[in-house]
Amino acid sequence: MRMRTLEIGVGAFILAGFLALVVLIINVSGLSLSEAKDSYKVYARFENAGGLTVRSKVTLSGVGIGQVTDIRIDDEWLMAMVEMEIDQDVNYLSRDSSAAILTAGLLGEKYIGITVGASEEMLGEGDMIEDTQSALVLEELIGKFLFDKVKEP
Amino acid sequence: MNQMAASQETIIDIQGMSFSRGQRPIFKDVSLRIPRGKVTAIMGPSGTGKTTLLKLIGGQIRPDSGRILVDGHNIPDLSRGDLFDIRERMGMLFQSGALFTDMSVFENVAFPLRVHTRLPDDMIRDLVYIKLQSVGLRGAAELMPSELSGGMARRVALARAIALDPDIMMYDEPFTGQDPIAMGVLVKLIKSLNKALRHTSIVVSHDIQETLSIADYIYLVADGVVVSHGTPQELLAEASPKVKQFMQGLPDGPVPFHYPADDYLQTLLDGAAS
Amino acid sequence: MIERLQSLGFNTLSKLAALGRSGIFLFQSLVAVPSLRVGFPLLMRQLHAVGVLSLIIIVVSGLFIGMVLSLQGYTILVDYGSEQAVGQMVALSLVRELAPVVTALLFAGRAGSALTAEIGLMKATEQLSSMEMIGVDPLRRIVSPRFWAGFYCLPLLSMIFSVVGIWGGMLVGVEWLGIYEGSFWANMQAAVEFREDVLNGVIKAVVFGFVVTWIAVFQGYDCVPTSEGISKATTQTVVYSSLAVLGLDFLLTAFMFGDL
Repeated sequence: MRMRTLEIGVGAFILAGFLALVVLIINVSGLSLSEAKDSYKVYARFENAGGLTVRSKVTLSGVGIGQVTDIRIDDEWLMAMVEMEIDQDVNYLSRDSSAAILTAGLLGEKYIGITVGASEEMLGEGDMIEDTQSALVLEELIGKFLFDKVKEP
Repeated sequence: MNQMAASQETIIDIQGMSFSRGQRPIFKDVSLRIPRGKVTAIMGPSGTGKTTLLKLIGGQIRPDSGRILVDGHNIPDLSRGDLFDIRERMGMLFQSGALFTDMSVFENVAFPLRVHTRLPDDMIRDLVYIKLQSVGLRGAAELMPSELSGGMARRVALARAIALDPDIMMYDEPFTGQDPIAMGVLVKLIKSLNKALRHTSIVVSHDIQETLSIADYIYLVADGVVVSHGTPQELLAEASPKVKQFMQGLPDGPVPFHYPADDYLQTLLDGAAS
Repeated sequence: MIERLQSLGFNTLSKLAALGRSGIFLFQSLVAVPSLRVGFPLLMRQLHAVGVLSLIIIVVSGLFIGMVLSLQGYTILVDYGSEQAVGQMVALSLVRELAPVVTALLFAGRAGSALTAEIGLMKATEQLSSMEMIGVDPLRRIVSPRFWAGFYCLPLLSMIFSVVGIWGGMLVGVEWLGIYEGSFWANMQAAVEFREDVLNGVIKAVVFGFVVTWIAVFQGYDCVPTSEGISKATTQTVVYSSLAVLGLDFLLTAFMFGDL
């Protein structure tokens, strides 16, 4: 009998441990069970990708549709080359869509916002978004503002 | 005397064995033979490494040099696996009993049977009760070791040690710290088990009277060497002062009453001067 | 002077010897796995002693640490108007750092010291010797099940600690301080990555479980078999494993999150 209660205790303990793992996976890290979502890769060049990191969100009208998977220097153009994965079911991004690096709130994290254009052709695997708008750099803005102030009078 | 030991069949033969712990030598070139089927006692003052000798025979520690032959196998040369095999043929009664505190008396005695045999449960049960009956504790089978008195614990440990019917039984200070009744019981048990089971017994002890009453042969060990050996009668008749002091329990003699110290008067004078 | 030098040398050598012995000991007890039939009940009993009995202290500490984190985080973050980030702060600090480390420290104090004392007592009462004389390897029978039990238990305890802590944080943040529950969870889920955070935290716990149980069983097995020796070994278990856990935590953190 003593052995039985002991076994029940151990069983409950191990169950609790694995239940905790499941909670951590699903509730805390928000990992959806359909993890292996199909996606396609799209590229964009930016003058300045400051603040953008791998795994930053890619959004369309504020809704997440993918994430940044790589940022490197395009040594031909000397610009930042950003690689992003867009969910497969988002197949309505036109060829002439534009990508902008946006900031969540005043000091929040950077993410990429995509605005759809008017073209009939859609973006596919490996395509490049030509129309980009770089990250807003606060120092540059302030500098410009002060420079204008000086010139004003 | 030597011829007598040699003429009998020996089961344990220790040849020129030395062992030291750190800088302190425990045994210096000790040789002794233990005859098969007899009760051999190893006696000597405390701190002479009598327990160490049993551990050397059991292979729990290795000597610095020399050979320890048990039935022809040199213990220090054996691999870990062979050592465990030969230990199945040895039983050892530890000074503290060393019962497994998380098992009942029954499980303690059943333990060696369960690990070394593939006997069915009801057979193990019968064997355990036979062993417990032989030490007079069949009624205590369901108790836990913490509920036993010192003497009872030692008897249970004895039952466990003989569970596999070993060829060699080693008793480490079996009489120490026992009341006279428990001591009498143990003396009787060691003697009768030796007769009944026909194994070789090695008793390490410094209780002279009890040991003399059961031993067939005695080795007297002191300061790392075998001082003398012989039958109880021979040793009692021995005239050498060291043997005489030990056998008769004299407080002063070759083993001095005083620990080595500076001159007594000088120590007192030094204290007064400072 | 010479004597000091000698004692320094002696101490260093004996520490090194102990380290070497513990390595051999670790190897032998890893090799000496009992057969399934014998080993399973033994492992079961140790899982109970090491895991189930540590559960209460882990749950209670986890709850309070989560609650405190939430409260402290709130008072700081509310100044910046970003109190909804409390969820993410609580979850990240628990999952990455506090759950493995605090669990390991508590585990060393609760289960590690008990393991050392138990094995040390078995050594002092000659139970280990007598087991050896019966022809059973105590490494296999005594040490190995305890080692594996500790190794399995710590990651499980650490995950339970995380979850209870996050729940405690939510209790304070949402129920008491009035953070909107949706943004509490959403922020957390956006910030916590499974691979980066949860998995790395579990890896930490696995490493700590290994080290703490190793120290605990070795200290017990190697102690001087007297009551004085056992109490010293028990203290050393707690001290050494705490130091090892904190030092390793830094190394692991630098290795896992350093390049971010």
